[in-house]
Amino acid sequence: MNGILYLEDGTAFTGKGFGARATRVGELVFNTSMTGYQKILTDPSYKGQILNMTYPLIGNYGINETDYESEGIHAFGLVAKDIALSPSNNRSVMNIDEWLSLQNVPGVWNVDTRMITKKIRDEGTVKSVISTEGIGFAEAKRLCDESALRQDLMKEAGAKPRFRMEGAGCRVAVLNFGIKTSILRALSARGLDLHVFPYGSSAEEMLTIEPDGIFLSNGPGDPAEATEGVETTRALLGRAPLFGICMGHQILALAVGGRTYKMKYGHRGGNHGVRDAYTDRSAITSQNHGFAVDERSVLARGMVITHKNLNDDTVEGMRHESLPAFSVQYHPEASPGPNDSAYLFDRFIAMMKGGKA
Amino acid sequence: MAKNGALKKLLIIGSGPIIIGQAAEFDYAGTQACKAIREEGIETVLVNSNPATIMTDPGIADRVYMEPLTEDAMIAILEKERPDGILAGFGGQTGLNLSMALEESGTLARLGVRLLGVNRDSIKRAEDREAFKELMLSIGEPVPQSAIATDMESCRAFAREVGYPVIIRPAYTLGGTGGGIASRDAELELLARRGMENSAIGQILLERSVAGWKEIEYEVMRDAKDNCIIVCGMENFDPVGVHTGDSIVVAPIQTLRDEEYQMLRDASLKIIRSLEIEGGCNVQFALNPENSEYVVIEVNPRVSRSSALASKAAGYPIAKLAAKIALGYSLDELKNYVTQKTSACFEPTLDYCVVKFPKWPFDKFGAASRKLGTQMKATGEVMAISRTFEDALLKAITSLEVKLEGLRVDSISRLEDGALLCKIDACDDERLFAIAEALRRGESVEALYARTRVDPWFLSKLANIVRIEKALAEQEMTVELLREAERTGFVDNEILRLSGVSRAVLQDIRIYNDIFPVYKMVDTCGGEFEAVTPYFYSCFDAEDESRVSKREKILVVGSGPIRIGQGIEFDYCCVQGVWAIKELGYEAIIINNNPETVSTDFDTSDKLYFEALHTDDVMNVVKKERPLGVVLQLGGQTSLNLAENLAKRGIRILGTQFKAIDLAEDREKLRLLLGEMGIPTPAGYSVTDEAEAFAVVGKLGYPLVVRPSYVIGGRAMQVVYSDAELKKYLEEAVSLSAEHPVLIDQYIEGRETDVDAVADGEDILIPGLMEHVERTGVHSGDSISVYPPHTLPNEAADLLVEYTRRIARRLNVVGLINVQYAWAGERVYVIEVNPRASRTVPILSKVTGVPMVKLAVAAMLGKKLRDSAYGVGLYRKMKLCAVKVPVFSGAKLTDVDVALGPEMRSTGEVLGVDKDFAAAVYKGFLAAGMRIPLEGGFYVGLRAPDQSAETAETLREYERRGFKLYASEGTARFMEKYGIKAETVRFDEVMRKTGEEICGLINVPEVANKPGSNSFDIRRKAIERGLPVLTCMDTAKAFLEAIKLKKAGVALQYRTLEEYLGDA
Repeated sequence: MNGILYLEDGTAFTGKGFGARATRVGELVFNTSMTGYQKILTDPSYKGQILNMTYPLIGNYGINETDYESEGIHAFGLVAKDIALSPSNNRSVMNIDEWLSLQNVPGVWNVDTRMITKKIRDEGTVKSVISTEGIGFAEAKRLCDESALRQDLMKEAGAKPRFRMEGAGCRVAVLNFGIKTSILRALSARGLDLHVFPYGSSAEEMLTIEPDGIFLSNGPGDPAEATEGVETTRALLGRAPLFGICMGHQILALAVGGRTYKMKYGHRGGNHGVRDAYTDRSAITSQNHGFAVDERSVLARGMVITHKNLNDDTVEGMRHESLPAFSVQYHPEASPGPNDSAYLFDRFIAMMKGGKA
Repeated sequence: MAKNGALKKLLIIGSGPIIIGQAAEFDYAGTQACKAIREEGIETVLVNSNPATIMTDPGIADRVYMEPLTEDAMIAILEKERPDGILAGFGGQTGLNLSMALEESGTLARLGVRLLGVNRDSIKRAEDREAFKELMLSIGEPVPQSAIATDMESCRAFAREVGYPVIIRPAYTLGGTGGGIASRDAELELLARRGMENSAIGQILLERSVAGWKEIEYEVMRDAKDNCIIVCGMENFDPVGVHTGDSIVVAPIQTLRDEEYQMLRDASLKIIRSLEIEGGCNVQFALNPENSEYVVIEVNPRVSRSSALASKAAGYPIAKLAAKIALGYSLDELKNYVTQKTSACFEPTLDYCVVKFPKWPFDKFGAASRKLGTQMKATGEVMAISRTFEDALLKAITSLEVKLEGLRVDSISRLEDGALLCKIDACDDERLFAIAEALRRGESVEALYARTRVDPWFLSKLANIVRIEKALAEQEMTVELLREAERTGFVDNEILRLSGVSRAVLQDIRIYNDIFPVYKMVDTCGGEFEAVTPYFYSCFDAEDESRVSKREKILVVGSGPIRIGQGIEFDYCCVQGVWAIKELGYEAIIINNNPETVSTDFDTSDKLYFEALHTDDVMNVVKKERPLGVVLQLGGQTSLNLAENLAKRGIRILGTQFKAIDLAEDREKLRLLLGEMGIPTPAGYSVTDEAEAFAVVGKLGYPLVVRPSYVIGGRAMQVVYSDAELKKYLEEAVSLSAEHPVLIDQYIEGRETDVDAVADGEDILIPGLMEHVERTGVHSGDSISVYPPHTLPNEAADLLVEYTRRIARRLNVVGLINVQYAWAGERVYVIEVNPRASRTVPILSKVTGVPMVKLAVAAMLGKKLRDSAYGVGLYRKMKLCAVKVPVFSGAKLTDVDVALGPEMRSTGEVLGVDKDFAAAVYKGFLAAGMRIPLEGGFYVGLRAPDQSAETAETLREYERRGFKLYASEGTARFMEKYGIKAETVRFDEVMRKTGEEICGLINVPEVANKPGSNSFDIRRKAIERGLPVLTCMDTAKAFLEAIKLKKAGVALQYRTLEEYLGDA
């Protein structure tokens, strides 16, 4: 089975196809993690994106029943240099080819993924077509030109009806933009009583549970499209200690009147250093975002920058100068990636118990 | 926090001679450290006794002491230099142990010298098994059940408690010296006893065996602010049970889920934090593949072989960063050297797969057991990079230079099924190939996993290679198949052999379909950021990233893995060559595959290609770069061997041309040539049967040098003195036939001298001569040699200068040439001509101050020696004496003889430098780690040819110095004749007394390296007890000089090389 990848600018790659026989149009992005492909593919934040893995050997440890960040694959397609059809791990239940077939997601392998990465690096993330259905490049071009990429995917990813994960500790109202299971697990493991509200919930609804804290989740799409979420957050600000991760961080910025912008090719991987300005310590972080918070826009709105990316100096964390609210752009729940920043969850709990961010 | 401004002068300890377990990686680490410190404006003082290193070259450190790495020398140097601090983490176990000793004796405190990068407590906690176990338990990290023992009873008790197998590791040793796995009582007795003897503190660790678990390593860095990063995770192909130095190692980790990866990452960070290391460390884990349970196996609180590998694999210079951290920098204020823009506080991500393959010395040590275990046996390693595991693995195999070009080994494919399985179970250096053969015969991955515990992922990859072998052999050649074979790493020769396609057809398919490798960059970040490092590897993929400049380029071919006979000295020459080429204004490109070396540091050359040194790979780089010429004479025999193939393909070889190289290397052609020139050389013949051999005896008489033209089973060259010996040799050592003749040469007993010269086609420059202490018959690599000659008369010296000039002129040598001569009292004979760099080039360059490689490169590029500041002819004699002493890894390879002979056995060397011969040779022995006894007994056992008046003179000296002499019956009779008293002892008595009454051996055996013979066992025992074993009378005589000085209590003076040269 042939597989093709067609980029909006006309660049085309032919490799071998795997997974489902399907064709998808999405935003082509790259991820530099060397492990964690199953968690990455099931992370709802990848909804709508075709994922090019920079590590060339994908699928080595197979697919297992625990590494799910949601109920299934959200990414629209997977591109790899080489895939392992005979994986090896004590938890593996199937190989990546079988899994992508089951999940109806197309994959392309045996293409120059480094060349694709460099293209994205130089020209930015790009609308692309992935197909394993034997379509030609002309057809791919037509599909690409016809399709518009949705920017409001958080509305769908965060739509799961309200649910609760009971806990003996503080009560937290979670606003869902497409939350990763690992975040829920990290909060729940600390005994928190979680009430997860679907995207679009109002502040009033969320306050009915009299929360000790508010949590804003990660999610896909352009945060500026999440107008309802921004409005809800604005109304919640100051009512209870608030913590946001990834899109939650961007939503907080917008809620205080700041701006977000689309990055050229974002940060996706598990190896960036982020410095905490207050502790003067740096941690290696798990990252997945294509938008970032404009530093000056939030500084003018009462926010203090707490964390910076060591590579490009972008905003990685902030807190409100007077209200109990803080957020980070990266992923303290890791999954995949380093666990160095798990302390932020404890900081949230301390804040709910009357401490400071 | 920025750098500590109070540091003005720092001392760095090197690792000394190359031995198994401590190789070129420390030259790389030390060189990086010196550079990193120097660029901060801090004065650097370096102490290292290894002359073949780049780090001891002028321009790396400010002040270089080529002095023994002993406590006495260090104290004297510290007192003289008064540095602010000492960096202990860059000189391997040697540097670490020495700094610990200085710290413990209070020397550092007394002199106000700070120990930087590591502290005494952290070294103690990492190296002392019991302290380490306690620390791990206190931070909740699992370690295998273990016990410390200093006596046999506790060993037995432990084995009863946890059951076999039990691992034995001696405390405070390198490369696992004296360790092993015991599966039953008898093995425990043997290994435990040896372990206690080998440990510096008589202590061993007994441990529950986790053999068969996955072996995983992390390279971790930490700064004073407590920021921590993982530079690289690595997974061993061979599960726990084989020393990681003897394992095939893959980077990054392949078969761990993210959770498992992070679990071990978290543990690594916890460990480096608990040890409070500021710099780099290596953590090794065993992971149970069934249930993900893990234990911490080992921590190395310093840069190591693994960190050199990780640095090259990830493009992250660990030693450089570790040095900066030791100065007080934090990771987040340093830049990534590769991108120059992003932060050093990140974790490299690889977009390729790296395979490291060990290089073992079994080709030299035919008698050595090839079984791999917890004691490291490899002398070096190669590394290969590609986009698939299969390609990286096959490239690594090609890089080994063992004539393999794939997974097929003839001797293994001839094995019957049962024997093949036994071969797999034997777990030796060829296990990989035996596994591949089993797959070829249809064995399943599951069955082989059960047998070997090699992860099924690796086995499936091998199965994939075997599948393509089959396709090439059975299917019609198609473009698709060729592409797949190329992507999987098949070299041309293997494709041709398997498919039967002709080279011309293959070349046509290639050209018509444009199937050529492309080059990708190693950039630390998976392409996320733009990088500037010119560090490339080949692969079959779409985009070629190597941009070719418009400058004139010169390609230097490196020397590959470190092995016996081809050590770090050739890397020294390549690096010097690269620097010289740059200085002359050309772009210098290097191609090499040894991850331990300075030559493969990404900022040594203008461009680095990490490739096999195979004709195809070199040609591909040549095709890509179109260099002005290729330099082959600096990388030892490895690069020189490419001369023929490159010359045939019309590639311009700089310097001496292939025809001349061939003339010098072909013994028959050389003999004819020298004959024509009227230069004496030993007569010799090639024989194909016994009758012919004895006919030669009639012509030449004894003694004779015999060697097979084709080496079988490792036993190679020998000097024979009688019909009986010759007959025995012809029967046992070689299989005589028309295809495999034996070469018989006249043996010239005499003084051997090495002459190294730079030639420009007209003139030559000889910086100096080095005379061997041992007579002809001992390999020049294993001889003690002396600059300037200490016994060679002037007229002989003049003669060899003249001969060298004539030979260089006749062969039209341009660049370096090494000629070995024997002086037999009247005549000077040419023994060997090497039209390339040699082992002695770095030594002579350093002790005379003549930059030989630089002048050689200039000559290759058309400059004339006459115009250089160093002139022509024999360079003036310096007012110093330098003595090179070989170092053997005798303690590592327990079944290898240490007796000197025509076959080289040493792994490294040291240089003793002083104003006169006696002091220099004393320093040489000290630096080589020889114990110099002041009293006690010597056992003397001599073969007949050595029972001479001259020998008696030497033995009398020993007697005069108060040593009691013991001797075998025959030797005692000989000694009595000369009036020397000796107690006659039987072999079993010698065995018992060795290490007790007997504190050294003077033992010249009839035949070396014959395990099972009595004298072999005695020598082994003495070596394992760390006693001097002198197997040549000339060595014994030189050793007396050291004994005399030590007895007289002479206080040695320690000076920098510059100070010695300044006196001249």
